[in-house]
Amino acid sequence: MIQLVELSVNGERHDLAIEPRRTLVDVLRHDLRLTGTHVGCEHGICGACTVLVDGQPARACLLFAAQVEGADIRTVESLSEGGALNDLQQCFSEHHGLQCGFCTPGMLMLAEGYLADEPDATKEEIREVVASNLCRCTGYQTIVEAIDDCASRRRAALQDRLDRSAS
Amino acid sequence: MKPAAFEYHRARTPAGAVGLLTELGDDAKIIAGGQSLVAMMNFRLARPEHLVDITHVDSLRGIAVSEGEIRIGALTTHREVEKAGLGVLSAAMRWVGHLPIRTRGTVGGSIAHADATAEWCLLAVLFDARIVVEGPSGVREIRASEFFLGPFTTALGPDELITALVFPSPPPRAALTEYADRRGDFALVAAAVDLDADRVVLGGVGAVPTLVSGKWCSGTTYRARAAAAAGSLELRDEPGISAHYRRGLVRTLVERAYEEAANG
Ligand SMILES: Cc1cc2nc3c(=O)[nH]c(=O)nc-3n(C[C@H](O)[C@H](O)[C@H](O)COP(=O)(O)OP(=O)(O)OC[C@H]3O[C@@H](n4cnc5c(N)ncnc54)[C@H](O)[C@@H]3O)c2cc1C
Ligand code: FES
Ligand code: FES
Repeated sequence: MIQLVELSVNGERHDLAIEPRRTLVDVLRHDLRLTGTHVGCEHGICGACTVLVDGQPARACLLFAAQVEGADIRTVESLSEGGALNDLQQCFSEHHGLQCGFCTPGMLMLAEGYLADEPDATKEEIREVVASNLCRCTGYQTIVEAIDDCASRRRAALQDRLDRSAS
Repeated sequence: MKPAAFEYHRARTPAGAVGLLTELGDDAKIIAGGQSLVAMMNFRLARPEHLVDITHVDSLRGIAVSEGEIRIGALTTHREVEKAGLGVLSAAMRWVGHLPIRTRGTVGGSIAHADATAEWCLLAVLFDARIVVEGPSGVREIRASEFFLGPFTTALGPDELITALVFPSPPPRAALTEYADRRGDFALVAAAVDLDADRVVLGGVGAVPTLVSGKWCSGTTYRARAAAAAGSLELRDEPGISAHYRRGLVRTLVERAYEEAANG
């Protein structure tokens, strides 16, 4: 059976004719050719497939695309602005938060969703959150540092804007 | 792996979902957050012919607090409860999987799935929550103490839908704690304690969440109560985990839960 599904991905609307059993991660990779989102275990363990659904990090392998019709879906492709890395990606680069890069898209989307929700997260809280995604290369330390650094830069930038609007 | 083919149906109301379940028969299953079901479908451990998606039934979402009662809609996510400031119910959510699981997984799905170590199942038994269920013949309520029948087996009928969980306002002196080899995994042993009622519920020691103590040991130290709880259990050696080790975990975790409950 084929079903018509309308998805909003990175602000763009897509009309798809897919089987209901198509998971969101397969739609992203195979139908929309957004191969930035990776897929590892297909049962919720590795986190390589993490994307944002209405701003919240979610496993794209544990969602059927038909279920998220009407939701705002964001993938790693949405992060860079005009070809330049965004601040979080920049921090991953500076802190060597990646080696082979397989886990990176999932880590980035996890961190984007989490920091938007908890901008004041402590390093320990960040450490606990990234435990949800597997990284076989870095040992996590550099990933935690990258996310923590990005969070403090964002807090400083916000403070700066507040100070300037007050003066 | 990829799931087997199925037909997708979207419900808009609880009655609509029940109607679909009745009409489609045994091969139909409800899908909520999908955090247990889709993993099982990807492994082909489950291959329903029809999925009834309830994630668009808005009336099943949300938390209502009224005199002495907390009513949590079945579709409310673990993450929503975590952020709702509901004492032990919110505090326990940090033990449920990881953040991206908690943003999708639902309270009703956890109860229906009935894993004997699931935090929601323990909490429901600890406070003897009322599980509100809608079926072809209307709405009924099932006490948590009568809901869990065996491993992944409940008193829910095949064409019934869980619509809400009703908790008594949880006392401030209650806590849940657990141990898993890796953070975020299902617990090896989980312990929940209500200090005022002197009730202890354990996960990971039997086929269903297990209520192990009543007033029988009140008055003694937390350590003695924990030892009594651990001693009362019949445990068997299992591959990779001996009865001795599991009993030790029970003792440690019950004591820890008592202390956390006492210290708030
Ligand atoms: C990596 C990982 C780690 C996890 N760790 C934990 C953990 O530590 N503790 C824990 O408790 N859970 C854990 N989970 C499972 C998670 O909590 C699920 O959210 C939960 O078990 C099921 O909720 P769901 O909404 O996703 O249900 P679904 O997966 O959609 O459904 C599960 C079952 O319940 C039925 N169902 C769903 N909603 C209803 C309803 N309203 N009425 C009747 N039947 C219904 C479905 O038909 C299905 O049989 C983990 C999951 C993953 C992937
Ligand atoms: S591919 Fe989704 S969690 Fe591993
Ligand atoms: S960088 Fe290789 S898995 Fe994380």
